[in-house]
Amino acid sequence: MTKEQVHQIVLDIIAEIAPDEDLSNVKPDVRLRDQLSLDSMDFLDIVMELRKQHGIEVPEADYPQLASLESCGEYLLPKFQAKGQ
Amino acid sequence: MANLPRIVITGIGLTAPNGNSLQEFRANLVAGVARIAEIDVRYMGRHPAGVCDFEATRYQKRKELRNGTRAGSVAIYCAQEAVKDAGIAWDAVDRARVGVYVGTTEHGNVETENEIYNISQFNYDTKFWTHHHNPRTVANNPAGEVTMNMGITGPHYTIGAACAAGNAGLIQAAQMLQLGEVDLALAGGVSESIHTFGIFAGFKNQGALAHHADPNKASRPFDCDRNGIVISEGGALYTLERLEDAQKRGAKIYAEIYGWCINSDATDAVLPNPDRQAECIEIALRRAGLRPQDIHLVSTHATATPLGDRQECEALRKVFADCPDTYINNTKSYIGHCMGAAGALELAGNLPSLVDGIVHPTINVDKLEPECEMPGLVLNQAKHVDRVDTILNNSFGMLGINSVLIVGKLRS
Repeated sequence: MTKEQVHQIVLDIIAEIAPDEDLSNVKPDVRLRDQLSLDSMDFLDIVMELRKQHGIEVPEADYPQLASLESCGEYLLPKFQAKGQ
Repeated sequence: MANLPRIVITGIGLTAPNGNSLQEFRANLVAGVARIAEIDVRYMGRHPAGVCDFEATRYQKRKELRNGTRAGSVAIYCAQEAVKDAGIAWDAVDRARVGVYVGTTEHGNVETENEIYNISQFNYDTKFWTHHHNPRTVANNPAGEVTMNMGITGPHYTIGAACAAGNAGLIQAAQMLQLGEVDLALAGGVSESIHTFGIFAGFKNQGALAHHADPNKASRPFDCDRNGIVISEGGALYTLERLEDAQKRGAKIYAEIYGWCINSDATDAVLPNPDRQAECIEIALRRAGLRPQDIHLVSTHATATPLGDRQECEALRKVFADCPDTYINNTKSYIGHCMGAAGALELAGNLPSLVDGIVHPTINVDKLEPECEMPGLVLNQAKHVDRVDTILNNSFGMLGINSVLIVGKLRS
């Protein structure tokens, strides 16, 4: 598992929960909310899909870690690796 | 109602299993075209059902569809189409003066069943229960989704009235207009009930769920071989305005609302009471200032349950005993029972008769049950009649709720 693969996992989830969004040019270092039409319910959807699809738990205190693709990669990569991925 | 403002219907948006506009719906009714599908019901196999195929993405983003409810989507489509049909310059409308009143038989069964099924895939661990559940299942959901979609800041709520809800939504709206609470109302009823197995199972175990080898023949009110209800989804929302406001803007007027009544049987949760139904009709007539002979078209509620149809016929025979110019039809024979939308949709399908004088028939009546025989029943073939100035629309529901709405040509 690499950070880039984590980025793709997050993008795939966003494509599912926010199907109207154009994800072809998402900048990894820019906050997702600043470049996509995502609200707090959408972030809860991202958390839910990480739980459902990948068995990854994101405690509420860590939600800010999902702000950008880059921060998602930093935060989630160890969690995926801990699961042996 | 003499001293209260007069209320008129100025726009209609609808989706029925056999039509996504009044024009398409009406054409199919007059031509005798039913459209009932057969669907897979969770845990229950194949059953006939009325399915709507309106273009949901015409007015909603895909994310809104994913996060919202089917009832909300039906309501949004109908509301948007109604406003368009009414020729209202929406950008100029004061949205704080618009009210949304949506009748529903039930709401939340679909979403709750889906979520229970979802967590069943995760050993019933509730941490997999969606955070969308509460906004999806609050009782005001379908009306609230309309306000969010259309930027309406006036009042909104649903009117829970079992299968009398379509009429009840319209009645609520008329009252709010008369009180001056709003200047424009979007009102009627919606249903998403085909997506809940619980409604199917409940009717089936009550011996009231229709079955037939040909789905289009499954809904057959008044026929000897009827065996229950075909459950359907659908919606019909109207724009209602005070007559004075409608005339001021030069609106097309479909009909004037003459009068109404809602009452309660207070006898049984499921079995209808023909005495109270007849009383409901009589009160509505009195309020409208009409005699039974003045009603030219009765749109029946009959759902094709053996007892329910007989009871309604008994009520009608009581009131319309000597009314040679009163014709009677039923729309569920084409589209099944659209539950919360039924009353509003069935009225909509009949409204054009005020202009064209055509009464669409009750179809699928191969052998009329003697207990359902009534003078004026229009069966299997549309009928051109001398005049249709008035329509009386019946809509009844469980827990003994009866609603009757009377509309007609604009009175001079």
